[in-house]
Amino acid sequence: MTDPLRELRRMQGELNRVFSGPGRSLNQEAPAVNAWVGEADVIVAAELPGVDPAKVEISVVGDTLTISGTRAAEALKAGESYHRQERDFGRFSRTIQLPFHVEADKVEATYSRGVLKITMPRAEADKPRKIAVTYE
Amino acid sequence: MDTRGDYQKVPASTPAETERTRNRKVYVPKVDIIETADGMVMYADIPGADEKTVEVTLEKSVLTIRSTIVPQNFAGRSICYAEYDVGDYERSFTVSDEVDRDRIEAVVKNGVLKLILHKVPQVVAKKIAVRTE
Repeated sequence: MTDPLRELRRMQGELNRVFSGPGRSLNQEAPAVNAWVGEADVIVAAELPGVDPAKVEISVVGDTLTISGTRAAEALKAGESYHRQERDFGRFSRTIQLPFHVEADKVEATYSRGVLKITMPRAEADKPRKIAVTYE
Repeated sequence: MDTRGDYQKVPASTPAETERTRNRKVYVPKVDIIETADGMVMYADIPGADEKTVEVTLEKSVLTIRSTIVPQNFAGRSICYAEYDVGDYERSFTVSDEVDRDRIEAVVKNGVLKLILHKVPQVVAKKIAVRTE
């Protein structure tokens, strides 16, 4: 699955970061998500290492999923200094459109090994219906 | 190195890169390194890894972090949208002689590896008394 635009988007993100002035923050496209779709539900996963699960907000409206939260930088004590700081920190927010409407009150989210996984069952009203053809 | 579909021999880079036997992507984890009063603390982002899959080795002065990640799949569902890829992690650092080789601590939590490196206790300079004859 190679996306030719991915590299361009990455460069754009990099430029935005350079020109966004002092203080870094995760870009608008963070976190990156993967989605699996099945007959009855959709699973969305995002890599969010080192995030406090209590500080992750997930909201579902109709067929729109929003993941947002904050990732704190490691707090320095007196006399400590950074040699390298590559990990991103700051606020992140991501909204994606799901392939169908989901049951908002049956959404389950788990956080394990730095990976957030959200399972959303398909709304009953949105499920494909089999229409019997009657013969006249 | 992907060599499928190409009938020409692949020239090696100099010096020859070491390749992995498994054809799986490898990522370089992002790290923060903080100097503390007692030594160094290193944080590496390795989402998907846990204490069973992370391997930290120190050989001579090279400290290497490695982790194998098994890509997740869900039965009965197919991937419909992919923005990130899953692969192993690998990164090496050279550490100075000041690091105490026997006291490196490693903790993994929520996909972040924390390494605590202590400094060797300072060798106290031995003073030699000089006397007159």
